[in-house]
Formats: sequence, structure tokens, C-alpha cells
Amino acid sequence: MKPVYFDYAATTPCDPEVVAAMLPYFCERFGNPSSMHAFGQETKGAVEEARERIAAFLGAAPGEIVFTSGGTESNNMAVKGVAYARRGKGNHIITSPIEHHAVLEPCHFLEKDGFEITILPVDDDGLVNPDDVRRAITDKTILISIMHANNEIGTIQPIAEIGKIARERGIYFHTDAVQTLGHLPFTVNDLNVDLLSASAHKLYGPKGIGLLYVRKGTRLTPFMHGGEQENRRRASTHNVPGIVGFGKAVEMARGSLEKEVQDLTAFRDKLIKGFQKEMDQVKLNGHPTQRLPNNVNISIAHVEGEGMLLSLDMLGIACSTGSACSSASLAPSHVLMAIGLPHELAHGSLRFSMGRPTTTADVDRLLDVLPPVVAKLRAMSPLYK
Amino acid sequence: MSQYSEKVMDHFANPRNVGEIENADGIGKVGNAVCGDIMNLYLRVENNVITDAKFKTFGCGAAIATSSMVTELVKGKTIDEALAITNRAVAEALGGLPPIKMHCSVLAEEALQSAIDDYLKKQQDKA
Ligand code: FES
Repeated sequence: MKPVYFDYAATTPCDPEVVAAMLPYFCERFGNPSSMHAFGQETKGAVEEARERIAAFLGAAPGEIVFTSGGTESNNMAVKGVAYARRGKGNHIITSPIEHHAVLEPCHFLEKDGFEITILPVDDDGLVNPDDVRRAITDKTILISIMHANNEIGTIQPIAEIGKIARERGIYFHTDAVQTLGHLPFTVNDLNVDLLSASAHKLYGPKGIGLLYVRKGTRLTPFMHGGEQENRRRASTHNVPGIVGFGKAVEMARGSLEKEVQDLTAFRDKLIKGFQKEMDQVKLNGHPTQRLPNNVNISIAHVEGEGMLLSLDMLGIACSTGSACSSASLAPSHVLMAIGLPHELAHGSLRFSMGRPTTTADVDRLLDVLPPVVAKLRAMSPLYK
Repeated sequence: MSQYSEKVMDHFANPRNVGEIENADGIGKVGNAVCGDIMNLYLRVENNVITDAKFKTFGCGAAIATSSMVTELVKGKTIDEALAITNRAVAEALGGLPPIKMHCSVLAEEALQSAIDDYLKKQQDKA
């Protein structure tokens, strides 16, 4: 039987139409967009067309889109770029404990360089309370960075509300939208953000290309120094095929977004209900409704995640886990710890994330396959009675 | 997942000797400080020879495979022979473990030590 992929939050397959759009930009149209001759002007046109397309989708101006190498670079650029640009104004940054490491690690780096980082609490569902944001602000606060939706537990934050607070106080607001661009309908104005990170490979585009939306007038210190690309905000020859592919991926998402949200939400809720019906002591991690349509994250008591993942993999189902045993550091997921999950339950966590190709048959197969896997491992577990 | 040898995957997928032994002669219950996993090992001992061994483990694939392997290795061994079994020997019998998973085999060694300690203590109490 064909293996089924339930790890779209990790990465998505490139859509064949995206690949087709990219192909001419490897051999035939290979010019450097910075070159003045016809070869360069041709690819410059393609880059700018993609930029316009993506900007329109985000409700932004083309000049506010900076192409990067991916989500990690975009997050680094936003956090460190604002920190160093605004250093004269203050040294305080507010963020949450469930951010991606690509936000948390830059914050830790800055801490060693004299910045102060406030890490707000989240509730049991992983929500940041806007009142906590308001209270954490000092006259030294220069940046607030809260992710749009969490990659592990799917919880969607009240970004618009937090953005409003930031704007009232004249503080830059960044959101990591890597999990939401092309998956949830929004514009940068809906969200009240000044900076927003996204990555193409999460929406059926190629790997190695991302973007940072930078609202006009936002001051940012570049950290790639070199040529004059991207209005001097990010030096480096443009990744033309990547940018073209990103543009195509966004165009496709625009067409399918609404239906996808509907279909995946139905699959998601069917899985959650089904798991809780077929197995005892199953806990849903993350918010039950303020949640990514494609994300199911559960903790199954008294079994360990890597064992479940291995067993599922042998049966042709690919997913991920927040178990300590499966991480290189042997520490459980920082997100599951932050929502107050006991270690034992973090151990038994599984994330299933769905995508455009997911079918009803895939969902039914997962519902058939997981309970016996759990039963087998529980029979081996000294904790399960 | 290719990080594990075929033998590890075999013992993980078809673990030998899962369960408990009623009125076992020696019981070892240990926890792994590294990642928080747990192993219980039960031994039946007759005339100083381990005649049966069973386990229950809450842990990763490597922890389950080493648990299974250690129960296989100790059967038919005298107490002294069993005491000489190290975590390395268990890992080797499995065709090796990824370096990051060596600590899981320590769990198996500790469970064995602790079960034998328990057996020896019970013998003393009887005498
Ligand atoms: S038991 Fe946790 S890594 Fe093996």
C-alpha cells in the first residue's frame, strides 16, 4: 500500500505546476536580475511579477516584500534586524515560549548582547493573553514577536489584537506566519503587523526561498551585506527559480485556500473525535477550535512517541512526535512543556498534519492503523493498567 | 527508520518475552534519568540459573529492543554470568545502536543489575 504522509507541517511536496513554472529559469532564462542586458531584464521581470503577486495576496505593496532563503532567515532578519536598528531607542523584546527556535534562538543570542527578553506565559491551549502583552511593555520595548499559528500544536494567536496594542505604543510587531501563509486567509493589515515571515516550502513551493514582509517605514539593520539587491535590505543574487516558484505557489493557494480550510477542518475534527472514541486517555494538545485546519496533536498516555512513530512508519504512515526520545537533545518539545503538559504526556505526543493531497481514505486509514499500534505498545508499557 | 539496524527493528517490532512473571524471584524496576523512560524486568531463577525473563518497558524503539534482547541473553545463564552482561554487550547483540541511543541500553543493564540484586536480597532474607 502506498505510504501516507501526515507531516505537511514539516514540509509539503512541490506542486508539479510550481515545478513547471520554475523550470525555464534554470537553463533558458538564467540571467542575473541585476544585469542590465536582456538576459537580466527577463529574469528581473519574473522576480518582480512574483513579488507583485505575493504582495497582492498579502495586501502589501511589492516594495514591502523582501525575499530570503526561508523562514529561519526571515525570523532572524526580523528579530535581530529590528533589535540593532532600534538599539538607540531601547533594548527590550517581548515574545512567547512557544515560538519556533528560529525566533527564540535569535532572542537568546541578543540576550547575550545586552538585550532584555520577556517570554510571556501561554495558557494550557497555548494562547498568549493580549493583556499580558500590554503589561509586559516598558518604555524600552522595541519589538514584540508572536507567531501566527504554532507549528506543533496548531494554536492560532490573537495576532490582530496584539498588533493593535503594539501599534498604540509605537512598537514594532513581528509575526512568524510560516504555518499560515496560504493556509489561512489574512492580509498584513488584518493582522496589524509590521513584519511577517513566511516560507514557500510549506505551501507546495520549493525549499530554500522565503520572505519577510517589512511594512514601509520599518527600520531594519540588514545582516547580509554585499550587493544592492532587495533595496539593500538583503544582499545576494536572487534565487530566481525559487522566487518564481514561490509566486506560483501563492497563486495556487489563492485559488484553493477556501476549500482547503473547509475540507481540512472536517478531516481534523474527524480524526480528533475518532482517536478519542477508539482509544482511552487521549488528550488533544492545543486549542480545540482556534486551531490550524490541518493540525492534530494528541498525547496518548503511557506510550512513547518514537515507538509509535516507528510502528506507524512501518505501516506506511508518516507523522512526527514531541517525545524527548526522538530529539537530538533528548529534551521534550519546548512547546508541550510551555503549555504545562507533564513529561509523560509529552512523551506520548504525536502530530498529524494534513495537506492539499490528503483524502478521506487517508484519514480513515490512519483511524484504523493507530489504535492497534497503541494497544500493542501499551501492552508492553509498565505504566498502562 | 534507517537509524536502527535490522536486528533492532526486528526486536522492536517483535519483542521477545513481553510481560510480567508472577511471584518472580527477582524484579528490577529502573528509570532512565536521561529522557524519563522506565523498564521493569522480571526473573525466574532456579538453582542459580535464570530460567525465564520478562519485561515491560516505556521507552523508545531502542529501549524496547534492548529490553527484548537482554531477556534473551540472560536466559540459561547463571547469576554470575548474567552479572557480567554489559549494556555494550546488549547493544552489540543488536548489531549496534546509534550513539545517541546508547543510554537506552544502559537502562537494560541497570534493570538486570537491579533484578539480580533483588534476587540476591530475597535469597539472603530466606536464609
Ligand atoms: S528510551 Fe528515551 S531515547 Fe531511548
